[in-house]
Amino acid sequence: MDRIPILQMGDLLLVTIQVDMHDQLALTLQDDLTDRIQRTSARGVLIDISALDIVDSFIGRMISTISALGRIMDASTVLVGMQPAVAITLVELGLDLRGVRTALNVERGMKLLQQPEASP
Amino acid sequence: MTECSGSIPVRVEQDVVLARQAVRQLAVASGLRLVDQTKLVTAASELARNAVIYGGGGEMRWTIVERGVRKGIQLIFADQGPGIADHARALTDGWSSGTGMGLGLSGSRRLVDEFELDSAPGEGTRVTIVKWI
Amino acid sequence: MAALQQHTLELIRGNEEQILAQWQQNLAGHGQDNRISRQELDTQTRDFWRLFLQAMVAADAGSLQGPEWQPIRRFLEDLSAERARRGFNSSETATFIFSLKRPLSERVQAGLADDAQLLGDQLWTISELLDVLGLHTVKAFQKSREDVIQRQQEEMLELSTPVVKLWEGVLALPMIGTLDSQRTQVVMESLLQRIVDTGSEIAIIDITGVPTVDTLVAQHLLKTVTAIRLMGADAIISGVRPQIAQTIVHLGLDLQGIVTKANLADALALALQRTGQVVTRVAR
Repeated sequence: MDRIPILQMGDLLLVTIQVDMHDQLALTLQDDLTDRIQRTSARGVLIDISALDIVDSFIGRMISTISALGRIMDASTVLVGMQPAVAITLVELGLDLRGVRTALNVERGMKLLQQPEASP
Repeated sequence: MTECSGSIPVRVEQDVVLARQAVRQLAVASGLRLVDQTKLVTAASELARNAVIYGGGGEMRWTIVERGVRKGIQLIFADQGPGIADHARALTDGWSSGTGMGLGLSGSRRLVDEFELDSAPGEGTRVTIVKWI
Repeated sequence: MAALQQHTLELIRGNEEQILAQWQQNLAGHGQDNRISRQELDTQTRDFWRLFLQAMVAADAGSLQGPEWQPIRRFLEDLSAERARRGFNSSETATFIFSLKRPLSERVQAGLADDAQLLGDQLWTISELLDVLGLHTVKAFQKSREDVIQRQQEEMLELSTPVVKLWEGVLALPMIGTLDSQRTQVVMESLLQRIVDTGSEIAIIDITGVPTVDTLVAQHLLKTVTAIRLMGADAIISGVRPQIAQTIVHLGLDLQGIVTKANLADALALALQRTGQVVTRVAR
């Protein structure tokens, strides 16, 4: 089964999602990420979705979950690169990505990760 | 685009991805603007997933519909699953019973122009959505 | 709607060329000028005729909505759109159908002269049928005109609501006039796209030119800002006049932590601060 690769850069983990994921692939990513955070004591996770032209409630929940699990392990998550059409659709869908910080791109995301997160 | 209707099975998880791709192609070919394409594909993803997970698998039927001079894409997600007893609750955001339908049903409704839920316990579920072009 | 009898159909088909000739003459005679050539008219009438016969054979003149009628509906829609583009008006366009009535009826009349009952019935059927097709043509014509108008409206909306780059990383969207659903959609999309294109972190939405803010308007604004935040940028709403501030409080609208400023200058100052930029005055 294919997996989404996770790149480690210092104490940062970078995930670039470029395929249309089926649910199992998303769950595997969630497990792999939380596993890596724990093993590497990563302080930050960057999820790059600039290549995704659709984000539905399942993927949205995956992102929220990764963020929540990460926080428990003292790692901060930043979601980057959401496409405009996806953003508009998510708002209409009613998906609440509360608690997930966002940035325009990977570069800004990394800068953001260096700043401490405001308490939720 | 010569075909005006078709159907694809939505039985396993992978089918949800296939359904998304099929709807995307349909939406592009029909000339829907990007945001509307995204909304329709997202709604299809939610409903296809529901059919797989809660409906025990089913099918997605697509049709290019015409009402007078208006054209639209109609999608019907049908399954022979347990069916929904309390429609009102099912269409409320974040509703989750043992079957846990969550945001999929209520959310998709907001993404499309027409939405119809036809379901009863023991009679399966049919969700019909239309996005006008 | 009654059906055209087989006999009638054969009658019509047998007199095809005469009917077509007369029809085309009627069309040309209406002073259908240089907007369309004789040749095009000939092609169009023949195409329609072919589809018309096909439809008549495949189904009785039931509801125009049936699948057998789809090719003809499509043909008429294309015809209307094309006529609209060339500057014809709706009645000129519908004439395409209506000028077929006479030639068709005359042939049928001649052929069924000895059966008054049947003749009456068939003439009525033809008339009804062409009326329905004519109506469809007019509707399609109006629809394509409406589409053009809507496109023009959207273009105007984009022009009247330009997204400006105020500073490095700061965009401004001055909104003027009422904020309705359609308007907000169009404008939202272009603002979001500009944010991505320019990599701007802050969008200042200025509502100085918006007369009233009610729950609906606030909802639209809120949705826009939520989308902006999901993308990784943020928004400041400026131009909040005292009356609007009062309305917001009075309606109990929850702005969910969106900062509002009375004017654009204050909003810009805040945006500069947030993006870590400083403007200093130098001695001259």
